[in-house]
Amino acid sequence: QTGAVSGRVLDEKSQGVPGATVLIEGTTLGSSTNADGTYLIQNVPAGAQTLVTSFVGYNAKRQPVTVTAGQTTALPDISLAENTTLLSEAVVVGYGTQRRQDVTGSIATVSEKQFVQGQVINPEQLIQGKVAGVQITSGGGAPGSASQIRIRGGSSLNANNDPLIVIDGVPVDNSENKGVSNPLTLVNPNDIETFTVLKDASATAIYGSRASNGVILITTKKGLSGEKLRVTLNSQASISEKTKTIKVLSADEYRSVVNSYGNASQKALLGTSNTNWQEEIFRKAYTFDNNLSLIGSVGKLPIRASVGNTSQQGILLTNKLVRNTGSISINPMLLDNHLRIDINAKGSWVDNTFADAGAIGNAARFDPTQPIFTGDDARFGGYYEWLNGDRTLNVNGTRNPLAQLNQKRDRSTAKRAIGNIQFDYKFHFLPELRANLNLGYDLLRSNGTTAVPAFAAIEFSNRGANNIYSQKKDNKLLDFYLEYAKQVGEHRFTVLGGYSYQDFIRDQPLDSYQASADGTIIKAAFPFKTQNTLVSFFGRTTYNFKDRYSLTATLRNDGSSRFPTGNKFGLFPAVGLAWRVKEESFLKNTNLLSDLKLRVGYGVTGQQDIEGAAGNYPFLARYTYGEASASYQFGNEYVMTLRSEGYNTGLKWEETTTYNAGLDYGFLDGRISGAIDVYVRRTDDLLAKVAPQALTNLTNEIITNIGSLENKGIEFSLNTNPVRTNDLNLNLNFNATYNENKITSLGNTLPDFQGYAVGGIGGGVGSNIQVNSVGYTANSFYVQKQVYDANGRPIEGLYADLNGDGKSTIDDRYRYKSPVPKVTLGFGSNATYKKIDLAFTMRANLGNYVYNNINSQQAALSGISTNGFLQNLTPDFYNTNFRGYQLFSDYYVENASFLRMDNITVGYNLRTFAENKSNIRVTAAVQNVFTITKYSGLDPEISSGIDNNFYPRPRTFTLGLNLGF
Amino acid sequence: CVGDLDREPFNEVTSDVVYADPANYKMVLAKLYAGLALSGQTGPSGKPDLSGVDEGFSNYVRQYWSIQELPTDEAVIAWGDDGLQDYHLMNWTSNNPFIRAMYNRIAYQISACNEFIRESTDEKLSGRGITGVNADNIRKYRAEARFLRALSYFHSMDLFGNPPFATENDQVGSFQPRQIPRAELFSYIESELKAIENDLVDARANQYARADKAAAWMLLSKMYLNAEVYTGTPRYTDAITYSSKVINAGYMLQKTATPVSSAYGRNFLADNNTSPEVIFPVAFDGEFTKGYGGTTFIIHAGIVGSMPAAAFGMDGGWGGTRTTSAFFKLFPDTAADRRGRFYTKGQTLEIDNLTEATNGLGVVKFKNITSTGAAGKNLTFPDTDFPMFRLSDAYLTYAEAVLRGGTGGNAGQALTYVNELRTRAYGNSTAGNISASQLTLDFILDERGRELHWEGHRRTDLIRFKKFTTASYLWPWKGGVKEGRAVSDNLNVFPIPSTDLVANPGLKQNPGY
Repeated sequence: QTGAVSGRVLDEKSQGVPGATVLIEGTTLGSSTNADGTYLIQNVPAGAQTLVTSFVGYNAKRQPVTVTAGQTTALPDISLAENTTLLSEAVVVGYGTQRRQDVTGSIATVSEKQFVQGQVINPEQLIQGKVAGVQITSGGGAPGSASQIRIRGGSSLNANNDPLIVIDGVPVDNSENKGVSNPLTLVNPNDIETFTVLKDASATAIYGSRASNGVILITTKKGLSGEKLRVTLNSQASISEKTKTIKVLSADEYRSVVNSYGNASQKALLGTSNTNWQEEIFRKAYTFDNNLSLIGSVGKLPIRASVGNTSQQGILLTNKLVRNTGSISINPMLLDNHLRIDINAKGSWVDNTFADAGAIGNAARFDPTQPIFTGDDARFGGYYEWLNGDRTLNVNGTRNPLAQLNQKRDRSTAKRAIGNIQFDYKFHFLPELRANLNLGYDLLRSNGTTAVPAFAAIEFSNRGANNIYSQKKDNKLLDFYLEYAKQVGEHRFTVLGGYSYQDFIRDQPLDSYQASADGTIIKAAFPFKTQNTLVSFFGRTTYNFKDRYSLTATLRNDGSSRFPTGNKFGLFPAVGLAWRVKEESFLKNTNLLSDLKLRVGYGVTGQQDIEGAAGNYPFLARYTYGEASASYQFGNEYVMTLRSEGYNTGLKWEETTTYNAGLDYGFLDGRISGAIDVYVRRTDDLLAKVAPQALTNLTNEIITNIGSLENKGIEFSLNTNPVRTNDLNLNLNFNATYNENKITSLGNTLPDFQGYAVGGIGGGVGSNIQVNSVGYTANSFYVQKQVYDANGRPIEGLYADLNGDGKSTIDDRYRYKSPVPKVTLGFGSNATYKKIDLAFTMRANLGNYVYNNINSQQAALSGISTNGFLQNLTPDFYNTNFRGYQLFSDYYVENASFLRMDNITVGYNLRTFAENKSNIRVTAAVQNVFTITKYSGLDPEISSGIDNNFYPRPRTFTLGLNLGF
Repeated sequence: CVGDLDREPFNEVTSDVVYADPANYKMVLAKLYAGLALSGQTGPSGKPDLSGVDEGFSNYVRQYWSIQELPTDEAVIAWGDDGLQDYHLMNWTSNNPFIRAMYNRIAYQISACNEFIRESTDEKLSGRGITGVNADNIRKYRAEARFLRALSYFHSMDLFGNPPFATENDQVGSFQPRQIPRAELFSYIESELKAIENDLVDARANQYARADKAAAWMLLSKMYLNAEVYTGTPRYTDAITYSSKVINAGYMLQKTATPVSSAYGRNFLADNNTSPEVIFPVAFDGEFTKGYGGTTFIIHAGIVGSMPAAAFGMDGGWGGTRTTSAFFKLFPDTAADRRGRFYTKGQTLEIDNLTEATNGLGVVKFKNITSTGAAGKNLTFPDTDFPMFRLSDAYLTYAEAVLRGGTGGNAGQALTYVNELRTRAYGNSTAGNISASQLTLDFILDERGRELHWEGHRRTDLIRFKKFTTASYLWPWKGGVKEGRAVSDNLNVFPIPSTDLVANPGLKQNPGY
């Protein structure tokens, strides 16, 4: 005996919500709403039922309904309230979606409402500070510079630590791109609807071998069936300026130091000018960002199309990025709604004008007593340059930073196309069975040129430069899976099985070369082409009992071409359990508590991305050709060489085992909600570059499965909606993460083994300041313990004899702190008062340390002159009075904890017109508002932990206009 | 589609493909020689052979020069690179990055030789259908590869005493090298050099820069001269035998001066490939063999203070290497002895501060100009070859072996050889010639300094004369104090780097470290 239920779902503006999910609770009966928000569910068992309505970005609603057999019961309109605190109900997971309540893994979703506002050019910055356990550090202030993204710390030493990024079902290639600093720059943030971050293994294991560092699923905006076409215009204009410069001595201070401490030849080099080099190389920079999008449907065809243009100047002279993007998404439903086709195509065209960032360090170093231009010497384009006694160019001299910027034209063009077509077919004879085929591509074409005139000092010995390079990337994807979903009584289960094929080809063709300005080829590049392939089989089953107990089990068998036969495949299992405690009878009627769910998960994920460290063929005995410039003379001929390469025939997957326990909570109807997670991630068979036994291989460092590493942490997130009235709506969100990273094994070690040195610094070629040692955080600083005098001044060259051998040697170094913060905090708010809205985002890192490589190179007297030219000092010289470099003193390792306000945005809805269907909103925003830190250098937020030549993050003021009709 | 997981490289070639074509053997051999001259597959840098070290630092000749010269009276360096000052201060430990770089470079070179030697056996050649002239040539290549391996094992034995050991019979990646006692390694090198004597091309008959019989003889004679240090058993008679073979092979001292160079000085110029006295060079070229090691380093680093780079055919100095007053004092009269060329303007004789490039005298020896005064092809990367073995060394080896009691030679001949060097040094004048009574062992050591300074022999020589660690000869900053002091005898060999002690549990550290 069954009946039907019909009705309409509306949003806050009383407009129909198309595409919302309407389900009879405890069954698989349900449907999606039509374009006007209406729905009809048939074959509903007669009697009392509960209808659950949910839609991304809205609070779900439960509504009791009594179904009469043989009739269609019309329900009153259901109004959904926009969800600003709770994360949405339908959650994007790998290969499909899951209901939030069924999710057993640690998953965080950030949708457009919660994105960081203001001028955001790189997509990842939309969620900076928004998700517990996700640390995003921009590479600096250059337009389009790459960010470092870490989810729950890095799980590898030498393999890639970046998360897998999947855009609309296409895992994108984030490996090195020639001519593009940040591959994500090639995606327009305005096209993005949600970010979903999969953090623990029970969530990520469906991505198997690529999931050890977490997965970020990016979903772009889609058209809506039946909705009228709407046009949105988004315009922003920004002005950026530097916040401060590196403190260095003024010309007069510098003259006085050289005159008091320098020798005769140094004094003789002093000039009479007063140049503030850092003021000269930076500028006020302008950015214009315009986006036009069209969303809705044409007839029955949902469509979204957008074009964007961004023109961003860097604050460093000459630096600029111009980006044009276009995207289109159409989502037809065919065959009586049994076949859904999603077609997404995104294209971007980026023109970069790079500035030589070396000019930043050179500006801090350049002798302030010298002029920018010489009066009488027209060589080198008239710029002042350091000369030898015979007035020839001093090739060792610090190059004039202005000449370095103005005489070098370094441009690139990159074009990227990412797209896919996805067929999702519900079988006519068996609607519980769904087949999904996804065909995707990610193509990149880039090329670049560098031109320097022959007279420029920076390329004087090469007689200028006229270099070109290019790169092609062709990445292909095929995914196919079948999913069977069934409800039997109070048991609901799904079974999914699939196959995935991905192929990556990177090609740097022969036409790259380095040449003099007149075109004489100095170095012709060898062609370079490389390929790798992944073939995977995966399965997932979910089981839910009474809407209270959920289980997710996944298994993925991944094959990678990067490993030898026999080791190509890795098996990655995971299981997650969830218990919705709130649904139990003893809590069901508690009003205070609106949600309580316990989750536990276990899983193994893999790592095979070792291309950066070892290439794509690390297990093959192979030879590489030498270039002509690296030939060897036999008699009268120069013979090109063939080099045998090191290889490891035993190479296999790195495996990370994750244990996660979490608690999702909600109080007061979701006005307070959040999650707490604790996790342990242990990586075994760590892929690390270590020294093989001497003489056993054809290299001195080889990628090997050796050792283990552990990350342990706690994450906490809190979203609150303390005020919710008609006029005023206030949302606050806060997240905190504590993570501890420790290397637990590096294979065989000896008591006095210091570990593997990493972290090259300026001031001594080949000097490293960090180390990977057992028992310590990866990349810990490895320094000598400075001894101080009674007045607290460091005593030059005096270090604690930590190994007690009576001598002060480099063996007295110890591991002291690391660049990785122990605690990261994010804090944001969205407030609306009538037509005004205000949003801000703040972040804090605690316990992160930075090696001040500026001071260690520029605060010692010996830094002023080495080879017949002068270099400026930083005022830290007055503190230390060091004569010689003390590069390894822990004095230079500084606490770089900080609190930063990334953004504050005020918006005003100017007016609505044309029957409330159009609106104008204006915004004003400031990016990088303030930073509170004890760090003495320019900026404490440096992911490598080594502060040297850092492109300053500017402060940006933005005015924006949003027009919709 | 699982078959697609067997991807093959596009630009690199697999080992099977390389050795199927006889033409490739020469390219692999060229890499073995280039292992001494270059740091990687791209000149001047890029695609390095070694990781974990600055590529320029990782070059063989640069490392060898540094480890043989910087701990001695002949050279100091100004730079503060991690561990570099430890050389002259004699303060090194098993964690020293420069010692590790030398060790790794030697191991790399030996491994690369082993690989080629393993792949070029007669059985493998015939198995690949390589016969006739091709096979004959490859047999010569293989002998040269064995020479290069012996040369590196000699360096390994000299520097590290009891290093790990592997031959072509050990397969890549699948064994633990044993530590070989110094005396046993000595016997191995000796047997190798004797075994290839017939396969090597006759002295002076091979292509320039390739090893011939004389190179093997010279290496043997140097081993025998130092045999007592390595094995406890003197082999001076053998030293005389093999240095005589070299001397009698037709080499001649360069005796003609030019308007821009003394006859002696011509051995260190951009056209020193024409020198009749070089037995085995490491070749460099401003266009085809470019790197930041080798003579690029030796010349650049040695241009300090106000030294005019252009006079060296270079585009600038690196303000690095100088010499000590102790070495300067080996030359009683630098005006007469053309080998003693020092740059003094703006330089101090005594060194107060090792890291100040104007402390200590500049050494004017290697240059990137030709004997007619023309600059080399490239002002950054010299054409100047590094003379690993020179006839002068054979003369002085002969003389010293005779003085130390070897038989088969005679004192008169020894004196003649020494005076031949001195006559040339004094501009074809006998004013500097010595008498038989003046030809003492101490004189030989000093004369080796004068004749062979900055050619990478000094540390070995000082150890043989028991003056490297002891108080019998002090130079500024020896042992870390300005006036010099004796140091522990264990410093006569370097420590096995801690990285390899960790990797290879079968190794025992040298005593005292």
